[in-house]
Amino acid sequence: MIDKLIYYMQYPFVHYAIIVGVAVALCSSLLGVTLVLKRFSFIGDGLSHVAFGAIAIASVLRLIDNTAVTSALQLTNNMILVLPITVLSAILLLRTGQNTKIKGDAAIAMISVGALAFGYLILNVFNSSANISGDVCTTLFGSTSILTLQPVDVWLSVGFSVIVIVLFILFYNKIFAVTFDENFAKATGTNVQGYNLLIAIIIAVIIVLAMNLVGSLLISALVIFPALSAMRLFRSFKSVTIFSAVFSVVCALIGLLISILAGTPVGSTIVAADVVAFGICSLIGLIGGGARG
Amino acid sequence: MSYIEAKELSVGYEGEVVASHINFKIDEGNYLCIVGENGSGKSTLMKTLLRLQKPLAGEIRFGEAGQTKEIGYLPQQTVVQKDFPASVQEIVISGFQKKSGFRPFYNKEEKKQAEENMRRMGILEFKNRCYRDLSGGQQQRVLLARALCAAGDILLLDEPVSGLDPKVTADMYDLIESLNKEGITIIMVSHDIGAAIRYASHILHIGESIFFGTKEEYIESPEGKYFLARQHKAEEAEENIIEAAETEVIENQNTKN
Repeated sequence: MIDKLIYYMQYPFVHYAIIVGVAVALCSSLLGVTLVLKRFSFIGDGLSHVAFGAIAIASVLRLIDNTAVTSALQLTNNMILVLPITVLSAILLLRTGQNTKIKGDAAIAMISVGALAFGYLILNVFNSSANISGDVCTTLFGSTSILTLQPVDVWLSVGFSVIVIVLFILFYNKIFAVTFDENFAKATGTNVQGYNLLIAIIIAVIIVLAMNLVGSLLISALVIFPALSAMRLFRSFKSVTIFSAVFSVVCALIGLLISILAGTPVGSTIVAADVVAFGICSLIGLIGGGARG
Repeated sequence: MSYIEAKELSVGYEGEVVASHINFKIDEGNYLCIVGENGSGKSTLMKTLLRLQKPLAGEIRFGEAGQTKEIGYLPQQTVVQKDFPASVQEIVISGFQKKSGFRPFYNKEEKKQAEENMRRMGILEFKNRCYRDLSGGQQQRVLLARALCAAGDILLLDEPVSGLDPKVTADMYDLIESLNKEGITIIMVSHDIGAAIRYASHILHIGESIFFGTKEEYIESPEGKYFLARQHKAEEAEENIIEAAETEVIENQNTKN
């Protein structure tokens, strides 16, 4: 097994996959705590479906341009279209969440299924490739495409991850204040709406990034599992945040290695690793919590 | 020197007036209690005081010659907080949020002041404990320490004792009183008229008619008499129910024996 691993490690595409995997896992875990506590988990889910629709449009547009390269899911080309659409939807979702006419969760459900339906419809009508169901499947569940990354894609992912991490560290205290007590923050004159917007934009970026790793249906897992696991074990915001980052990176690495060795799909293997680790954390939390009384 | 002064103030939201013709003045060191029934506009007035909402009519003036004083706010607890993984220290220091501006981290001075405020509230020993593991009274002290970090001169407390048991409630009122004696101006929104009469120096009653004055004036006023009588009746009714329940329990036990 070790031999096999060493053998695979010679190839640059494996290095790329690991670099992107770690970067994406790290930044997707950071805002997890905020999302879970602000009851925003579903926004992540909704946005990932929007991103799916956007990818469908992107691949059809490429067909018309006739600049189709190798894969229908080439990262860099998609990013130009998918990122703005997802960020825009994030802003819209947040706005409707504050509006009382359509309740936040209903709006999210509406947008997400709508995007899903239109995405599939577009892909079908504009028959972009011979293997539609294969394309759809890889977009939804992530694909081996992480193993076919080009250096440009790697730089793009790493670049965005660094931006997300730097923003998170700079605004860490503000994000904490806004998450813990919006009313208090508002009353002391903090621009709560501004920070909510910032959070939404960061989420959108994270989702577009993570889409390449685990696919649009499984993104929420990457955001939520680390946070929930950390909350079982730790009791301060800082320790929860740090642990969820470590948790996410370790699970992503384990998932990647297993999928390389066993030939399983990357996305679902990583999420499966997350689920198992969450179970272990819950168990430890239960035993520890019981002892503490 | 008056901290806050309202003249013919009307408050409400989306153009709908909830309470109008409110006049009051808060001076340094006052202990003002805002009382009134549910839906009378207490919380809308509070939002206006916190400058989250613009007054619909009239004017409200903060501080001398446009020099605005920061108000430290003790909000009611939210559902989110019940399950929030955060240490006491993290929460208290987040009171400096606004003061730190665009500086991303808190400085030494702020950390020291946060410690000091935790000591004042008697929660320094819980510094590293998790907020959700504390009792209701302790949680309120944490939020009070945070409010002190946000502003040291005026505190606005929104139903500070809701959900606390009688012993803890009394402790909380004592704590607030001691803060007031240290010179901090207190504005408390409450429906606990008994406590208002016991602790406050001034009372603002909103409802059908508006009253503002010292506590002594309030007790003699028609609004005060009416409200006190009602409160008294409600308390009596509650006592009767408890008594009735107790007798029933005793009777049941007797029949069993």
